[in-house]
Amino acid sequence: MKMSVAPPGEPQRVKKVEERESVVIRFAGDSGDGMQLTGMQFSTESALAGNDIGTLPDFPAEIRAPAGTLAGVSAFQVNFASQEVFTPGDDVDVLVAMNPAALRANLGDLKSGGILIVNTEAFSEQNLQRAGYANSPLDDGSLDRYQVFPVDVTKLTVNALQDLGLSNREALRCKNFFALGMISWLYHRPIESTEHWIRVKFKKSADLVEANLRALHAGYNFGETTELFAVSYQVKPAPIAPGFYRNITGNNAAALGFVAASRKAGLPLFLGSYPITPASDILHELSSLKHFDVTTFQAEDEIAAAGATLGAAFGGALGITTTSGPGMNLKMETIGLGVMVELPMVIVNIQRAGPSTGMPTKTEQADLLQAMYGRHGESPVPVIAAMTPSDCFYAAFEAARLAILYMTPVILLTDGYLANGTEPWLVPRFADLPDFPVAFRTDPQGFFPYLRDERTLARPWVRPGTPGLEHRIGGLSKEHITGNVSYSPANHEQMIRIRARKVAGIAREIAPTPVGGAPQGDVLVIGWGGTYGAIAAAVKDLVARGKAVGHVHLRYLNPLPADLPDILSRFRKILVPELNLGQLVRVLRAEYLVDAVGMNKIQGRPFKVSELVTRVQRLIEA
Amino acid sequence: MSDSTAVKLSKKDFASDQEVRWCPGCGDYAVLNQVQRVLPELGVPRENFVFISGIGCSSRFPYYMNTYGFHSIHGRAPAIATGLKTARPELSVWVVTGDGDALSIGGNHLIHALRRNVDLKILLFNNRIYGLTKGQYSPTSESGKVTKSTPVGSPDYPFDPIAIALGAEASFAARSVDVDAKQLHDVLRRAYEHKGAAFVEILQNCNVFNDGAWAPLTEKATKADAQIVLEHGKPLVFGKDRDRGIRLSPRLEPEVVELGNGVSESDLVVYDERNPALAYLLSRLEPPQFPTPVGVFLAVSKPTYEQRVAEQIAAAREQLGEGDVDKLLRQGDTWAVR
Repeated sequence: MKMSVAPPGEPQRVKKVEERESVVIRFAGDSGDGMQLTGMQFSTESALAGNDIGTLPDFPAEIRAPAGTLAGVSAFQVNFASQEVFTPGDDVDVLVAMNPAALRANLGDLKSGGILIVNTEAFSEQNLQRAGYANSPLDDGSLDRYQVFPVDVTKLTVNALQDLGLSNREALRCKNFFALGMISWLYHRPIESTEHWIRVKFKKSADLVEANLRALHAGYNFGETTELFAVSYQVKPAPIAPGFYRNITGNNAAALGFVAASRKAGLPLFLGSYPITPASDILHELSSLKHFDVTTFQAEDEIAAAGATLGAAFGGALGITTTSGPGMNLKMETIGLGVMVELPMVIVNIQRAGPSTGMPTKTEQADLLQAMYGRHGESPVPVIAAMTPSDCFYAAFEAARLAILYMTPVILLTDGYLANGTEPWLVPRFADLPDFPVAFRTDPQGFFPYLRDERTLARPWVRPGTPGLEHRIGGLSKEHITGNVSYSPANHEQMIRIRARKVAGIAREIAPTPVGGAPQGDVLVIGWGGTYGAIAAAVKDLVARGKAVGHVHLRYLNPLPADLPDILSRFRKILVPELNLGQLVRVLRAEYLVDAVGMNKIQGRPFKVSELVTRVQRLIEA
Repeated sequence: MSDSTAVKLSKKDFASDQEVRWCPGCGDYAVLNQVQRVLPELGVPRENFVFISGIGCSSRFPYYMNTYGFHSIHGRAPAIATGLKTARPELSVWVVTGDGDALSIGGNHLIHALRRNVDLKILLFNNRIYGLTKGQYSPTSESGKVTKSTPVGSPDYPFDPIAIALGAEASFAARSVDVDAKQLHDVLRRAYEHKGAAFVEILQNCNVFNDGAWAPLTEKATKADAQIVLEHGKPLVFGKDRDRGIRLSPRLEPEVVELGNGVSESDLVVYDERNPALAYLLSRLEPPQFPTPVGVFLAVSKPTYEQRVAEQIAAAREQLGEGDVDKLLRQGDTWAVR
């Protein structure tokens, strides 16, 4: 497939060029070394080179942990390939370590025989000590199983910039672009997008533009001229469907999904949020989209964020509140009120490793049962989950649509891995997304606050300010139809059953469940949320080896799809991999009385494809 | 909000069809009555009023008003009202809350709604007790108070709602008494007319769990000596015979003085409701040494939160044009595959 953007100006290579199908690179350094930026720029270069990509940023919760320590190591992993990419990759082919701590924290993931590029200048006695090395690993033979490329990145960068009159500190800050230039050469990446980025980013200082461009070019040219690298590698473009693409993170995609939904609904968007990692980027993104009739309210706390959102929904806005684990606990009472008063709102939980503060920047899937059952009283809420970074767009859109159509709070679960990870996204056309215009009730004739739509069981949505429809809602039990306060035992049960039926009825909205891999056979792997990529890659691999393994990935966790029992019955065994101690597996066992078994990992990191493949194989053989 | 063709409304237009269920003799009746009297005078269509409450006796208020209403969760009414008012600035949004609801569980939301100057009318019914849970002490209960949860007396110190509102940068703060119909009426009107967060503390009796909560202030015999009415531009005079006043010493300490014997009204503090420092000083006057001030402590004008939010949205639209979703989706790192 021909790419519109081919690597331009690719110089004639004099050294040997080898071809690779896929490569996983991890850039690792100190928090202040700019590794996230380096990784993101490399990802963009790779996307522009026509590869499919997947990325995994991995940064510490501390903003600037002491320099040179293990706590301060920040890393960014990117997987690029000439075929479809499902994950950021298991093991690493290339590790760029900017200091000893980065080496020590990441070496375990480097493949035997893998490429290790180290910034030798940073291997000072002090830095080695800070990283816990008694002797320099560069000298003691402990790195013999890797191809080690010692490069004095610091000195080479400073030399390249020496006549610019920058301070030493300013010059040192450019060394990540030297590293990026070097790796860009090694993998034949086009660097024009990075050059453009530098020009825009530093447009206020011509000196910094010049310095960073020089560092980038110096790194690129170093690759070409140094005798250190005998070989460079080419990864051909992947066969990607034609269309318009953009690189997008999950948080960004979710923000855009809500904007698109508000437009389709014809409502202003109100986001109530309190800053929390890893959810804040949705607040940041939406706060810059005011011209889309978006109001962002940075509340005094998580409770107020949810409360204001519900208040805005009462007023007729599309109400969204975003948070992560600890904030979710605080919002629960408001969600319960939303269930009782039956107003639409979307609560987004970007799950992170808990309990409590846990590991705020690391991923986990341990809030599913909380989303489903975490409120007092019988309080059913639809729960949906996003599967990939770009899927956050569609999941957000769907969450908003269901909330409005069924007049209910809806919980959207994503996670830190999806929120910060990126992938190429085939951008949809707005016109191709479903319309769901909102019709507020305005007719006083025959109006009752809890007189429901016969099909959806949704109650009418009335904007305050509508003459003749004045009414009161609230947390006390309400009488069927009239909505008056009621303590009648029979009425209480009736209303609870109606609300449960309303949420269960959402199953009618769910399209037939796609089954990946084998349609029937030995093992069905069922996942939800951010594990999609790893499971899809593992199942693809197993099927290619002739195994009868299928894959279902659930977008809807509550209610579950109506066709799920039928799919479950077509497989001998059911495996449920989750980044928790077994939550969906409990639901499936309880709902369907099936002997599903769990596969669980709670390390703040996603599954590796190889782990999944091994586990499924064991299950087949068992 | 209002227009000349609006239907003339009366008090009964604001009474809902629900039976009022406060205890007989509760101070809440008097407040409900007064609010239902004031609203028809404001020239606002009934459908544009919204009453939002939290939890507690006073928070049942919206059920008895034939307006839009939302009885929410404990302490959170200011947050919910902030969301509503921000989304719908044209509505007249009132918050009804109590001393426990607003100052204990919901203290954070109260101070931030005031700080932001959201145009809410916040009526805090202060009876210095938890009534709905049957008689525990509240954050405004006197220290040492014996209640169900403090059988040997409360070890807490109370705080003063007006002082808190002023500390939270409220642009309007006033105090009134449930049974003082005329004064309450005036304060409610002033609160409505103020553009911005209006905080009104209403001293209210709980005849079941804290009877006589404000007795000296409400008894005919003692009232005139126990309270001082703040009037903008007028000297601070009080007493049955209007023969006493508040003077500031050279060290800025307030003192009660008898008029006559060389002390005249010109020696007294002339009240200025635009002066937050003076308002705070007055909020610290407590019985028995001083009369309790009622009336408008502070009324200053500044742009409201929802106004500023709306202006930012309007400015963004003017600068960037009406948002185009397709354009938005196609921003960032993009490329085309043919």
